[in-house]
Amino acid sequence: MTSPLLSIRDLTVDFSTDTGSFRAVDGLSLDVPAGRTVALVGESGSGKSVTAQAILQILPKVARITGGAIRLQDPAGPPGGTDIAALKADSSRMQALRGGRIAMIFQEPMTSLSPLHTVGDQVTEALRLHADVSADAAKARAIEVFDRVGFPDPRRALVTYPFELSGGLRQRAMIAMALITKPALLIADEPTTALDVTTQAQILELMRELQAETGMAMLLITHDLGVVANMADDVVVLYRGRVMEAGSREEIFRRPGHPYLKALMRAVPRFHMAPGERLTPIREVKSAVLARKAGEPHRPDPAGPLLAIEGVRKSFTLRSGWFKGKVRTINAVNGVSLKLHPGRTLGLVGESGCGKTTLSKVVMRALRPDSGTVTFDDGSGRGPRDVFALKDRELKDFRRAVQFVFQDPFSSLNPRMTVYELLTEPLRIHGVGTSDERYERAKELLDMVGLDKGSLRRYPHAFSGGQRQRLGIARALALKPRVLLCDEPVSALDVSVQAQVLNLLKDLQASLGVSYLFVSHNLAVVDYIADTIAVMCRGYIVEEAPKAALFRNPAHPYTRALLAAVPEPDLDHPLDLKLLMSDRFSDPASWPEPYRLAGGEAGAMTEIEPGHFVRVAGPMLRQAA
Amino acid sequence: MIRYLARRVVTMAVTLLIISALVFVIIKLPPGDFLTNQIAELRSQGEAASVAKAQFLMQQYGLDRPVWEQYLRWIGLWPNPEGAFNGLIQGNWGWSFEYDRPVREVVGDALWLTLVVNLAVVIFVHLVSIPIAIYSATRQYSIGDYVATFIGYIGLATPSFLLALVMLFYANRWFEVSIGGLYDSAYSGQPWSWEKIRSLLAHLVVPTLVIGLGGTAAMIRRMRANLLDELGKQYVVTARAKGLPPTRALLKYPFRMSLNPFIADIGNLLPHLVSGSVLVSLVLSLPTVGPILLAALKSQDQFLAGFILMFVAMLTVIGMLISDLLLAWLDPRIRLGGDGR
Repeated sequence: MTSPLLSIRDLTVDFSTDTGSFRAVDGLSLDVPAGRTVALVGESGSGKSVTAQAILQILPKVARITGGAIRLQDPAGPPGGTDIAALKADSSRMQALRGGRIAMIFQEPMTSLSPLHTVGDQVTEALRLHADVSADAAKARAIEVFDRVGFPDPRRALVTYPFELSGGLRQRAMIAMALITKPALLIADEPTTALDVTTQAQILELMRELQAETGMAMLLITHDLGVVANMADDVVVLYRGRVMEAGSREEIFRRPGHPYLKALMRAVPRFHMAPGERLTPIREVKSAVLARKAGEPHRPDPAGPLLAIEGVRKSFTLRSGWFKGKVRTINAVNGVSLKLHPGRTLGLVGESGCGKTTLSKVVMRALRPDSGTVTFDDGSGRGPRDVFALKDRELKDFRRAVQFVFQDPFSSLNPRMTVYELLTEPLRIHGVGTSDERYERAKELLDMVGLDKGSLRRYPHAFSGGQRQRLGIARALALKPRVLLCDEPVSALDVSVQAQVLNLLKDLQASLGVSYLFVSHNLAVVDYIADTIAVMCRGYIVEEAPKAALFRNPAHPYTRALLAAVPEPDLDHPLDLKLLMSDRFSDPASWPEPYRLAGGEAGAMTEIEPGHFVRVAGPMLRQAA
Repeated sequence: MIRYLARRVVTMAVTLLIISALVFVIIKLPPGDFLTNQIAELRSQGEAASVAKAQFLMQQYGLDRPVWEQYLRWIGLWPNPEGAFNGLIQGNWGWSFEYDRPVREVVGDALWLTLVVNLAVVIFVHLVSIPIAIYSATRQYSIGDYVATFIGYIGLATPSFLLALVMLFYANRWFEVSIGGLYDSAYSGQPWSWEKIRSLLAHLVVPTLVIGLGGTAAMIRRMRANLLDELGKQYVVTARAKGLPPTRALLKYPFRMSLNPFIADIGNLLPHLVSGSVLVSLVLSLPTVGPILLAALKSQDQFLAGFILMFVAMLTVIGMLISDLLLAWLDPRIRLGGDGR
């Protein structure tokens, strides 16, 4: 057996900061054989990314490799290999390896590319740094690579800026930049975490194909076991900088040994969960207040739905560019009707740009729809009232009753306010209670989301992503709302933390009777939390059904594509990547009959079984009539 | 692009018109004007001939007319007593009562000397502060960073006129040269020659240093903060992971990004330098427009003051246009913004 391409032995990386030093990677050893994919799995803070940075010697300034060896046995390099750990970060040999023999792609395709330089410039730069080629030859090579990674117009890609591209195309540009030098090893640090499931599936398939073509090895860093199950040959599980378990994919998934790994696996929402089965987060949130509240009677519920959206339309006019002045109209929401019942969860699923955020803004009364109504019934006996006609006192009541949980736990909390100020701000704005009562309420809220009251005086930066998201939920609950609008509340979180937050939301619903409008692109997550699911594409609801019916009998081709795109941490349910390789499933004009909607046709929802609606085109309707 | 430029030029013209109205109203706010004051003074001295001349001027420039009519005449939208339109728009900068000469002659050299001094200051500020800021930002919390920061704070805290006085004194004492003025007094009133230009360059050094010091210190602080923000961005890591040598990675990506606020600031820079350097100009007796403006405002020499203020406003508006065009040229997000976001 030949020696592996990359072999790491007893690697330790230490961080020394003002507040003391800590060991981010502690005696890590792993091998990446040539041409194979090794997945490095763990939660945030487990040292996965630091390991990748150590391999490339691009650690932050406060971090240092303090021990161990990183040996690269490059067939194109010197015989006997190179010990990267012994090289200086800015040495010319290290610079030649970086990007030349070992390339890296990152999680955030949005911020990983410079917005001021064209994609072509940034990609050809990578090649020209490592190979002695002319500018024209580099461009020709870049066009080839762009074509290979799936740019629709490779020649145009040369002069395109990153912000003109969608997230998926940006990540393809990153891949092109990494692969143009034909590296021996590709390090992919959470390459698909920031992407929609369908885009994720396409990028994963692309990476697999490219690996097969070039024979490069891949070190895949991820917290998503579903991705691991579909991509990796070998798996290394990391916890607090130490290897917990390592082995082939088969071993790891069929016979997980370490309790941490088992716990990680139980934390992922899956489609084949038994009804009522609960995810097991690694750290469960415990709350005394919630247990007490569970026994208390709920507020009176309205007879009908709490929130009813009827035929809402919203279009935006875009003026493209400073110098052009062209005007385009985009129909973000196209005649959407939905109902949210008290104490229930309505899941709204779709890819980015499908209009789900616009819709939730309309519900919040942050945007006025072009047509259609939103009515709200708080159960006080006054019946459903038009949200957009509310004034003064009634509007204030509505604002209290409908609250928002945001996607990004980092930017949604003001870093200059303490937790106490954050949690009591809604109360102060609405003039609820005395200062003592507000203090009591803040303590109660913290307890509900499983944080202790010592947190009240701390600032948001002192909390992890999951804890911040719980703070965001606590803040949303401060005014005892009837409805929480949750916009991708878990998509920025690790699986283990995701399970914790999902369970928390479920418990809160059981105890407090709040309703959720839960927006997400991940069907598996929505499946876990929602009662009814509406699938949205290009501003239309294409399918709406109770959860069980939707998964038993998904009718619409778009729903099927979304279902197929979720990677499951289960070797028996691999992704059907071929199915997802084209973008056609999100184009209404290329859906098969009878779902095809061409030329601005809206079609209509038909009921295929009780409570299960699918959007079909006009002619089909006439036949049915 | 053409449409955008046309739109900008129209807004600029409107802006200047509004500024001119404001400038005129503010100059006229104090009671009386230069000529009425003078006439009163001359009357008390009994100089009938001069009084007659002042009264002629008063009529000529319509100082006995309502303010709005004076204003319209000044900018050239109202006929003067001879029935001709002859104001700023037509290129007539007006008459200075104080100097008893046309404004054009009074400000003449001062205008472009001001531009020369300020240009020198701007270049000095950028040349000095950018390298220091890059050094400070890339070696944050190193000794060099602390030294640069310390010197920067001293620069910020030292009033520039004080520095000018100190320099004036020591230059005289140690080198026995007078650094006042922008050229040797022997050349004043002389036509421009190579010797005069050389003298000008030699005399430029001290004013540039004195006026630019505060700006340099401020720019180092801002540039350092901007760069530090950018250095933490993900695309910097991407550039390093690509194998770019550190200096090239720094200059191509984060440095370029951190320049944006400064380009956006060009428009503000010019008027600030003109008004900020008045004290230094007085101390160093620089023949720039600053001191002239000060004197004109004090004596209510309305056309002179009005013209200088309009000149500064013009610089600002043009500076803004230049910075907007530069920004659009440098930053594709502004050029192409609105698309595909």
